[in-house]
Amino acid sequence: MEEKNTDVIQGTLDLLILKTLSLAPMHGFGIARRVEQVSRGVFKVNPGSLLVALQRLERAGWLDAEWRQTENARRAKFYTLTKTGKKQLEVETEDWTRRAGAVMRLLKVEG
Amino acid sequence: MSLWRQTTRGLWTLTHRRAADQDIADEVRHYLELQAAEGGPRGHAAMVQEQVRSYGWENVVDQVIGDARYAARRLLASPGFATVAALTLAVGIGASTAIFSAVNPILFEPLPYPDAGRVLMISDRDEGGGRQDVTFGTYAELAARSRSFSALAVVKPWQPTLIGRAEPERLDGQRVSAGYFQALGIPPHLGRDFDAADDRPHGQNVVIISDALWRRDTTILGRQLTLDGNRFTVIGVMPAGFDNVLQPSAQLWSLLQYQSSAPFLRDAGNHDTREWGHHLTMIGRVRHGLSTDVARREVADLARTPTPEFARPFWASLNDGLLVHSLQDDVTSGVRPALLAILGAVLLVLTIACLNVTNLLLARGVQRRGELAMRAALGAGRARIIRQLLTESLLLALVGGVLGLALATFGTRVLVALSPPELPRVSAIGIDGVAFLFAFGVTTICGVSIGLIPALQNTRNLRSRHQHSLRGALVISEVALALVLLVGAGLLLRSLNHLFGVSPGFDPSHVVTMQVQDTRARYQFFAQALDAVRRVPGVTSAAFTSQLPLSGEVDGYGAHMESNTRSDESGDFSALRYTASPAYPQTLGIALRRGRWLDDHDIAGRPHVVLVSESFAKHNVPDQDPIGQRLRLGPDTTWETIVGVVDDVKQISLAGDQTDAVYTTTSQWSWVDSRQSLVVRARHDAAPLVPAIKAAVWSVDKDQPIIRVAMMDDLVAQSEAKRHFALTVFEAFGLAALALAAIGLYGVLSGSVTERLREIGVRSALGASPGDILTLIVRQGMTLAALGVALGLLGAIIASRAITTLLFGVSALDPATYLGVIIVLLVVSGLACWLPATRASGVAPLIALRTS
Repeated sequence: MEEKNTDVIQGTLDLLILKTLSLAPMHGFGIARRVEQVSRGVFKVNPGSLLVALQRLERAGWLDAEWRQTENARRAKFYTLTKTGKKQLEVETEDWTRRAGAVMRLLKVEG
Repeated sequence: MSLWRQTTRGLWTLTHRRAADQDIADEVRHYLELQAAEGGPRGHAAMVQEQVRSYGWENVVDQVIGDARYAARRLLASPGFATVAALTLAVGIGASTAIFSAVNPILFEPLPYPDAGRVLMISDRDEGGGRQDVTFGTYAELAARSRSFSALAVVKPWQPTLIGRAEPERLDGQRVSAGYFQALGIPPHLGRDFDAADDRPHGQNVVIISDALWRRDTTILGRQLTLDGNRFTVIGVMPAGFDNVLQPSAQLWSLLQYQSSAPFLRDAGNHDTREWGHHLTMIGRVRHGLSTDVARREVADLARTPTPEFARPFWASLNDGLLVHSLQDDVTSGVRPALLAILGAVLLVLTIACLNVTNLLLARGVQRRGELAMRAALGAGRARIIRQLLTESLLLALVGGVLGLALATFGTRVLVALSPPELPRVSAIGIDGVAFLFAFGVTTICGVSIGLIPALQNTRNLRSRHQHSLRGALVISEVALALVLLVGAGLLLRSLNHLFGVSPGFDPSHVVTMQVQDTRARYQFFAQALDAVRRVPGVTSAAFTSQLPLSGEVDGYGAHMESNTRSDESGDFSALRYTASPAYPQTLGIALRRGRWLDDHDIAGRPHVVLVSESFAKHNVPDQDPIGQRLRLGPDTTWETIVGVVDDVKQISLAGDQTDAVYTTTSQWSWVDSRQSLVVRARHDAAPLVPAIKAAVWSVDKDQPIIRVAMMDDLVAQSEAKRHFALTVFEAFGLAALALAAIGLYGVLSGSVTERLREIGVRSALGASPGDILTLIVRQGMTLAALGVALGLLGAIIASRAITTLLFGVSALDPATYLGVIIVLLVVSGLACWLPATRASGVAPLIALRTS
């Protein structure tokens, strides 16, 4: 169990959050659940790290935060991607693809 | 990164801490509940909240505020310690800020002119390589030939009498060539600048006045003032902040109006050759885009290459080249060594103060071990505790800094009041923004430096033996630094004693002097005034002289001996000219060495006779009897016969050695000086006679101003004002250092006695007498003091070199001074040891054992 559940790679959490929110506004646990589901449990999100990251991205102007009612009529803090957030997602996606591609090429050469 | 969001969110959190915390708590609870509901792990809400809460810059602020609050409580809990430490720091920070604010405008800031570095001062070089004022002829030649200056100007002091008010008032001013304000780069802010067309003989009489003078009558612009009996039109007003560094007291400026191509016609019998006298200060502004080096080279080239168009007399031949300095250097070079020494001294005081407080903090840290251990046990990391301790020392420094700033405000006033007359830019001394920043910076540095060692020490588990050696080392440094300062003070004190032991060449006691002016320079006026003064009861003798020793006046001319047959008149020395009443040397108490005095028979129409000083005779007639030799002085064309030789008189300063002098009588000199010094010797104290003497002068002409009334004794004392100033400051700092070092020694010893009570108890229980205990403690303290003295001696030997230029008649390694200072330090250290030692020796063995 523990071996399979990898902590999110340093520096990719932002990208995962931005990507997740590009689909729809969500609250903190919603984001965590989605990241875990889509990654099929490879990434396990720590609540403390996630909430800190959300604060940081909000202050950077990439997300907006707002208290709303959930479907179960409870109050939750929802995060929405902003315009600059969308641009940032593009930048980070491109950056990630470039790095991942480079790593893959290296692995192939070594192999 | 959105700075706006960062700032607003952070500020909101700071101001609404509770709501922000609630917000985080709600979000975390919601998250964890959902997670648990979906079968995830049950998170620890408090820990997650703490993690989320710690994000953001505002938490640092929060922590700092928290630390500061805690630090304040800790300091308030031990008010005695806090007061001593804060006051010690206040002395250090206050003194250094005050000194910095005085030194900064002079040593570090550029002069208050645009592009001040481009303003150069050009002086003539005399035979000895020394600086000499330039002649107008040299200026006229440079102005015509040089290409690298956008403005070149000459200036001389001017003290016109303003008439038309109730009393005649003498004002300080300058006669300048038209480009003076352009050279400085500050034009008048009202009216207009000088016009070169007016700067010629018989040109229009115009004057530019200072803002202060203009404020007396703001309608004066365009109207006329009566100065020295002539009408001058006010054409301009200088800005209020204009700082005229060449003569800060100047209130008005008029044109020189010299003849730009004046021939030097001495041998043709023309006396009016002021254009060729060395009496002008020349400044120039280097053309924009040109380096000052280019200008310097051009000046040197021009000096080296005379052209027939600009003939030069031998006394302004420029054979030795011209001296070029930046105006800044020229204004500050005289006081630079003294100021740097004082700055060094105050930094030593600051260091000692910091060492002292460091020591106090170390001692306190020992008592706080328990508290710190508790905090560590509760989870505070070492870095966290160090930060807390540093916050405490910074707070302490801040309190010290605020007190110090108050002290510095007061201190700068004292400095200005004590400042020697040659200190430039006094008007710029004060606590301004720069000084404030300096104080703030020093406070921060102090706060960190006093706190760092104790913080590192007290958060480590060390045996107290190490702690002792550290505190011992601090005390040793304090004693060493105090010794350096005291040696400096001692050397200056001995120098001043030596200087005041130097004979000025006359007897200054019971002599009062004052400057009397007759704008029309009438011989009759001075003669009648002298007669009237001589009739004042209590006056034994009185005389007029063209220049007074040690008054700041210097008036010299080239002296040409008849025996010097070289055609180019090289080999002439310049000599001070005293054109005086025949009785002047006797009145001032100058001794006659050979020949006869001048007397009332040596008047116009009789053979021209002079007295010379001994050094003049030695220089100019080395191998012969000077009596009967003939000489010509400056522009005067008549041969004068030497009839007597008098003692050398110090004209410029007691330390100076320029004492070649020629004394002529007023009636035989070719002109009457409009400004003369009246020298009056009284039977007893001369001060009470001043009103009667003034009344006597005014009985002849009540419209003539009398200024600069001074006792000759005071002039002698003031002539060494710069050294005296340095000495006063060094003495004050030396005493402060001594006191701080003694307090430090006392603190360490008494701390050590408290910690060693048990040992002392055991010793006395085993039969050690109180005397033994006393010796034990005193020996411990005196060992520290002796080590400090040894280290300080090394420091002093190096540091005293910095003040060699301020010393006189004493070497920087003067053994007597060093010995005296060592004795003083050891005696004071002994006293500081005595108190804790007697306390220790009085301890009853049982009590000592019980306390531990």
